Amino acid sequence: MSHRPATGTGRQTLADRLPAFLFPRLSPIALTGVFIAIFLIGFLIFPVLQVIHVAFQNPATGALTLQNFGDFFATALFRESFVNSFYVSAMSVVVATVIALPLAYITTRFNFGGSALIQSLGFIPLIMPPFVGAVAMQLIFGRNGTINLLLRQHLGFTIPFMEGLNGVILVQSIHYFPFILINLSASLRNIDRSMEEAAQNLGAHGLRLFRRVVFPLATPGYVAGAALVFIKVFDDLGTPLLLNVNNMLAPQAYLRITSVGISDPMGYVISVILVAFSILSLWASFLVMRGKDYATVQKGGGGLAKRDLAPREKVLAYGVVMFILAVVLSPHIGLFLLSIGTIWSFAPLPDGYTLANYARMWEASQDYVVNTVLYAGLAATLDVLIGTAIAYIVLRTGIAGRKWLDYLATAALAVPGVVLGIGYLRTFQDVNVPFLDKPLASWWVIIALALTIRRLPYALRACMAALQQVSLALEEAAESLGATKLRSIRKIVVPLMTGGILAGFVTSFATAAVELSATIMLVSSDSDSPLAYGIYLFMQTPSGRGAGAALGMLAVVIVALGTVLSQIIIERDKKLRTTGREH
Amino acid sequence: MGKALRGSVAVAALTCLASTAYAADKVVIVTSFPEDMTSVIEKAFEAAHPEYDLEVLNKSTSSGVKYIKEIASNNTADMFWASAPDAFEVLKKEGLLLKAGLSTEGIPDQIGSYPINDPDGFYYGFAASGYGIMWNTRYMEANGLEPAREWADLEKPEYFGHVGMSSPSRSGTTHLTVETVLQGEGWDQGWADWKWMAGNFASVTERSFGVPDGVNTGNFGMGIVIDFFAFSSRASGFPVDFAYPTVTALVPANIGIVANPANEAGAKAFVSFLLSEPGQETLFDPAIMRLPVNPSTYAKAPEGLPNPFTDNSIGAAVKFDVDKSGARYYVVSSLFDVMVTYRLDDLRAAVRAVQLAEEKHAGSDNAEAKALIAEARKLIEAMPITEEQSLDPAFAGAFTKVRKEQGDEIGQRQAELEQQWDAMVVANYAKARELAEKAAGM
Repeated sequence: MSHRPATGTGRQTLADRLPAFLFPRLSPIALTGVFIAIFLIGFLIFPVLQVIHVAFQNPATGALTLQNFGDFFATALFRESFVNSFYVSAMSVVVATVIALPLAYITTRFNFGGSALIQSLGFIPLIMPPFVGAVAMQLIFGRNGTINLLLRQHLGFTIPFMEGLNGVILVQSIHYFPFILINLSASLRNIDRSMEEAAQNLGAHGLRLFRRVVFPLATPGYVAGAALVFIKVFDDLGTPLLLNVNNMLAPQAYLRITSVGISDPMGYVISVILVAFSILSLWASFLVMRGKDYATVQKGGGGLAKRDLAPREKVLAYGVVMFILAVVLSPHIGLFLLSIGTIWSFAPLPDGYTLANYARMWEASQDYVVNTVLYAGLAATLDVLIGTAIAYIVLRTGIAGRKWLDYLATAALAVPGVVLGIGYLRTFQDVNVPFLDKPLASWWVIIALALTIRRLPYALRACMAALQQVSLALEEAAESLGATKLRSIRKIVVPLMTGGILAGFVTSFATAAVELSATIMLVSSDSDSPLAYGIYLFMQTPSGRGAGAALGMLAVVIVALGTVLSQIIIERDKKLRTTGREH
Repeated sequence: MGKALRGSVAVAALTCLASTAYAADKVVIVTSFPEDMTSVIEKAFEAAHPEYDLEVLNKSTSSGVKYIKEIASNNTADMFWASAPDAFEVLKKEGLLLKAGLSTEGIPDQIGSYPINDPDGFYYGFAASGYGIMWNTRYMEANGLEPAREWADLEKPEYFGHVGMSSPSRSGTTHLTVETVLQGEGWDQGWADWKWMAGNFASVTERSFGVPDGVNTGNFGMGIVIDFFAFSSRASGFPVDFAYPTVTALVPANIGIVANPANEAGAKAFVSFLLSEPGQETLFDPAIMRLPVNPSTYAKAPEGLPNPFTDNSIGAAVKFDVDKSGARYYVVSSLFDVMVTYRLDDLRAAVRAVQLAEEKHAGSDNAEAKALIAEARKLIEAMPITEEQSLDPAFAGAFTKVRKEQGDEIGQRQAELEQQWDAMVVANYAKARELAEKAAGM
């Protein structure tokens, strides 16, 4: 249209007269994509580049160079760290699967009392408050923890649960298996019953049915969870540091970035490598899924048929579930004991019990609780909005470069919190907030934004998995009946994704509620600080350990309540669907 | 893109408002000290100066330094308050501290052999702390061990796997302990001592607080810690105790005013208060238990708190050379990490092999085995660089971001140096272990 001569009509706007490429006709969806890209570039890529650009500089001259990467590969310690990180991540996926699979299977396939409870409890390991969680685990599993003290006393040997790479694998699996549990359960719930019935009609049953029909249909959820576990473990520094395992990549990056005064570019080089490797792993997980269709059309069945357990099976199922829960919840049992204990030192249990820790904690923490719920709630809401939008754009549109939205958002997993924190200070300290006249970097909203960015990958994976299971045919049907694209998204796609979206919300919320590494850089006033910072304050002193644990318990309870609530919503949602009422 | 965004938001902000929203009486302090300690001093200060409101921002030392750096362009903090003198040195070198010119009357120039205040006047010492050995009495009893009281004791084979420490690159005060032993025993002997001690380590913790925490929980039995961690743990009821070794240094904990502070008068008032006698007396609070730097304050000291100005047994054995420590600061940190922190498993295996071999041949006169053991010991103790090299400015330059002028000779990069050292110590530890195991098999 820009080729039309400007003379004549006179009704043309300025935009019409300019070349078309300046004003591409963007659909609302493409426009959303552009906004998300701008958001990610502004709050993730740009601030992070502000910090890690030194990875590409010669430390002496400041000139651009790739020499640092040469140094990385020439250093035996870093090569070893890379191999260690890879080994730990892969093994953690295996162990986490062993934990998550029975829980997901039993709770979704059988009429099992307390399924909702297990789904919620199985989620709690993800909420490991910083520092107190670490102390609690040492007190239970450490070399002189409860279990080893009892073992030594009665049986004369100990088990090094928390030592070396195997210790890291154990703790990481216990900590992150909920990623698999949540996403796999959401996927299992979404499978159409007719698929299972068809398989049964053809004679499949038992394990064969599970292996050949059910599990393959749930692959999107499993792969989403497994990819998260793999990348998260690869990039996680909390656990290796807690176990004082230094020769892995993420702790190497952290130790080098945070040492006072030394300007070693290698920490940033490792960060770049972590980001690149995370994107590579994500891409590999896409390859697994490529060329297969996981969607099922009919949602009438409302998920798999549940059957009753025979008495003997019931005992077995309860036994398995109880054992797994006992193992994965033991850190929190330790945390609880710590919070009600007086002194707990080199003993299987605390010396005495008291409620004083809770009193001391409560005096100082109302603000923290309000702030935490506000920040984590805001972050999780933004995360599922952005996550759903990205999932739709990547899976349903042909917009050029759409996959990069996914890669960009997921890259956040690999950015150490401290790097993001420093990047925000560097970028936003000079930007004043209108009307408040204080730097954006010291406004509380920046903490919520940092949490949004850091937890976006969790919500995104869940939304992607949910959308992969919704058949395109349903949308096409809606559109052929006259619904607009947006209406069909609102009325068809999003309601069908509810389970996955909620799973994403809960994961983001729970983990954002206990995030510390970026937060501690950004907290600029006591009244704006979240709960994790309060725990940090307590944990700075020997006498604050109990109170810190009490605050940690409060965090766990808040998040657990949120989880149970969303479980109830999921269940109600399913009931609505099965009874066929208007959603 | 980001620049444009930043610019437009900044313009919008400017056109909207241009007044300072900070109340004149708010004084912001960034600190790594626990709330137990800061709240006591905050209360005392606000009682003495009701016109000011102290806002405490708690960050770890390293985050605190980075925070001060990053907010400098639009400063919202007034003071930095932490233990490690090196953190203040970093801020001072970057021009981020204010030369306040406050009176330090009544406070001596030195404590032990360490200067209390920055000679250039950029930061002030307000309390002294010494390093020592903390132990868990239950743990020691259960394992049938006597606590170590001197650094050399920690090398004994019976302590294998029972000791914890932080790393000098993680904690400025740990750095000081390492440097104190290096200066007290000499470069080669000092490092040899550290390696034999490290052979007994259960772990090298990532935070300095990880050491008292590990001792308190009983995760390991003994820890190399700063005194007040032990005092406050004991005060909280943990079954722990503490001793100063003969070779120790007393170090001041410091406070400095940030350059271009938002509230300079308030900041000066706080620092002056902290150095005054009422301020110094707050350090005797049971939750703090630090040694004041003003000798006259000790008249009111609680029972059991040593007075380093009269008690010459603490920190007197070493003449601490601050310039020497400063010249090789990062070289020492990096060497410790390369030889100990990152290769702890290799070092432990080698040290254990030597300990077992020595135990086996303790009474015998198997010359061949003894020669093997001696060689293994030498391999473990071998240093990649000499003391002269450690003090060479070209070496230190590899660790700091001082941009060179064009034409300057460019030295080696940190990563290259560390790789060379790493290759050497890994090979030496492996060989030492092999030799010791051979000797033990004889």
